[in-house]
Amino acid sequence: MFPYEKYLRRNRLPHIWCTGCGCGIILKAMLRAIEHCNIPKDRIALVSGIGCSSRTPGYVDFNTLHTTHGRALAFATGLKLAKPELKILVVTGDGDATAIGGNHFIHAARRNLDMTVLLYNNHIYGMTGGQVSPTTPQGKKGSTAPYGSMEPSFDISGLAIAAGASFVVRTTCYHAVQLGKFIEKSLTKKGFSLIEVLTQCPTYYARPNRLGTVVDMLRWYKENSIPAERARKMDETEKAGKIVVGVLHDVERTEFCEEYYKLIDRVRKE
Amino acid sequence: MNSVTAKLMTGNEACAEAALFAGMRFFAGYPITPSSEIAEVLARRLPLEGGVFIQMEDELASMAAIIGASLTGTKSMTATSGPGFSLMQENIGYACMAEVPCVIVNVQRGGPSTGLPTLPSQGDIMQARWGTHGDHPAIAVAPATVRETFDWTIRAFNLSEQYRVPVIVLLDEIVAHVNEKIVFPKPEEIEIIDRQRTNTPPEQFMPYQVTDSAVPPFADFGSGYRYHVTGLSHDETGFPTNDPAKVDVLHRRLSEKIERNKKSIIHYKKIMLDDANICVVAYGSCARSAHRAIRHARTIGIKAGMLQLHVIWPFPYDMLWELAQRIETFVVPEMNLGQIAHEVACATKRNPKQINRVDGGLITPEEIVEQINHVSV
Repeated sequence: MFPYEKYLRRNRLPHIWCTGCGCGIILKAMLRAIEHCNIPKDRIALVSGIGCSSRTPGYVDFNTLHTTHGRALAFATGLKLAKPELKILVVTGDGDATAIGGNHFIHAARRNLDMTVLLYNNHIYGMTGGQVSPTTPQGKKGSTAPYGSMEPSFDISGLAIAAGASFVVRTTCYHAVQLGKFIEKSLTKKGFSLIEVLTQCPTYYARPNRLGTVVDMLRWYKENSIPAERARKMDETEKAGKIVVGVLHDVERTEFCEEYYKLIDRVRKE
Repeated sequence: MNSVTAKLMTGNEACAEAALFAGMRFFAGYPITPSSEIAEVLARRLPLEGGVFIQMEDELASMAAIIGASLTGTKSMTATSGPGFSLMQENIGYACMAEVPCVIVNVQRGGPSTGLPTLPSQGDIMQARWGTHGDHPAIAVAPATVRETFDWTIRAFNLSEQYRVPVIVLLDEIVAHVNEKIVFPKPEEIEIIDRQRTNTPPEQFMPYQVTDSAVPPFADFGSGYRYHVTGLSHDETGFPTNDPAKVDVLHRRLSEKIERNKKSIIHYKKIMLDDANICVVAYGSCARSAHRAIRHARTIGIKAGMLQLHVIWPFPYDMLWELAQRIETFVVPEMNLGQIAHEVACATKRNPKQINRVDGGLITPEEIVEQINHVSV
């Protein structure tokens, strides 16, 4: 049995998430990754914005910062630059990171500041009651799109790659074990890492869209996911409607915080 | 600050120098006229002092970044002007709620909206008090000269550290860009206050527990105290709560920590008021014109004096009420349509004579003399 208790603020439980929510799966994967990387709790700062996923910091025994809607990455930027020894993880959602926080998201990726961003993509605003988000697929319903969303949806991982992130992974809550390993990899990788996790919202996404139970949703992830290596050999028609999972992007790029402190050393010597 | 004790300098430059002297080691900002020189000076100077400068993607992010940095125990600042100040209101509220010390410099220009980017205004007086939503504490200072900008920027950091609140420095385009001689105070004469750190062991630490002071002792993020910070209403443990009793205690304490200490926060200068029967109430660059105006009034036999406000919020209602017991007439020149005049009316229970300009021009000594003349007959 993995010692999750070591990291949980047990007196803060039970959590506020709905039965069947994917937030717990991602939380546990994150804790396994931190344990395997052997990072002391005092060194970790877990930062979030607003939304269901953003309630995660309250339940874990780290330096935890629950900020304003969309701004987690900007708060995290200040934390990291002022105290580089902190290991920064950010938990955020599709609305938090790519609607209200879209600007901060692309600029944090562009700077390539050393942090791991766990982006819970459930295609909906859960906390506020099921309104459509920038990742709601066209045609799918939300409380603010009763006739189905008319807008094209964001490819979040693609956005992060284009903006300059050094490590980008897409996976799903079905791939829970793999998810932990990807987070582990991101924690040892210097630079901006995005882990986009497709996750089920049984209450506000599955129900209005008649997607069945949590088990049905997880099965759907399983049956519709294709590994990135295989996807590279497939044409667009074959990939249509599929979720490409795995490491999508892994490059070495100059990391901002380290570079800034090198600058400090240089100008102070001159 | 080097060994030279006198320099020719603008208000924006003096503000940047003062912040460094106060120990500010993190600045995040976004370019905006007429505040950009503060960022430009700090972009060059901060790395030399071992600090960090970052130009963020917007003012929302700038405000967020300085709060993040301050949580590690680093004194932090941003600088902006009206449109950017509007964007910062969201996280100014967060800093009030989570009690994170930081300093926000607002070099006021004409508004609303993009307004008059290169011309002065004092239109953000009320925004500095009530800009963010909900009841909250507020401290705002308003220097009138380059030297005052130096002194009051340092004071802003001290107040921010002492009370764990965001403190707003209200410059205006004139004070920010005027180039004048500044004689620096001797370093040993400058008081620097650092936030009180907790000495409670981590396992017993509660981040918002207060004793006799209404200000909880601080623990730096990453120093072994693993605690939770949120913008939600919380109890002394730092975790969110909806318990009406606990929420009430929090919100009353946040305002009370300033209200209870307002006597030591409020600051003003009384000039030639002892025998005056006309009192000009002025602040920022208008105080410069007012000073000249009352000296001129004296030469033509009018007993005019002035009250220069260095601290705008909290406002000195009690002191103005006392003055109103012996002074009949109050004159308030300001580059807005009466934001402080309204407070003066509230405090003195009479209508002050207003001199208002919102055309981007400074109120001149002549305009004030004319009004003084008018009310003295």
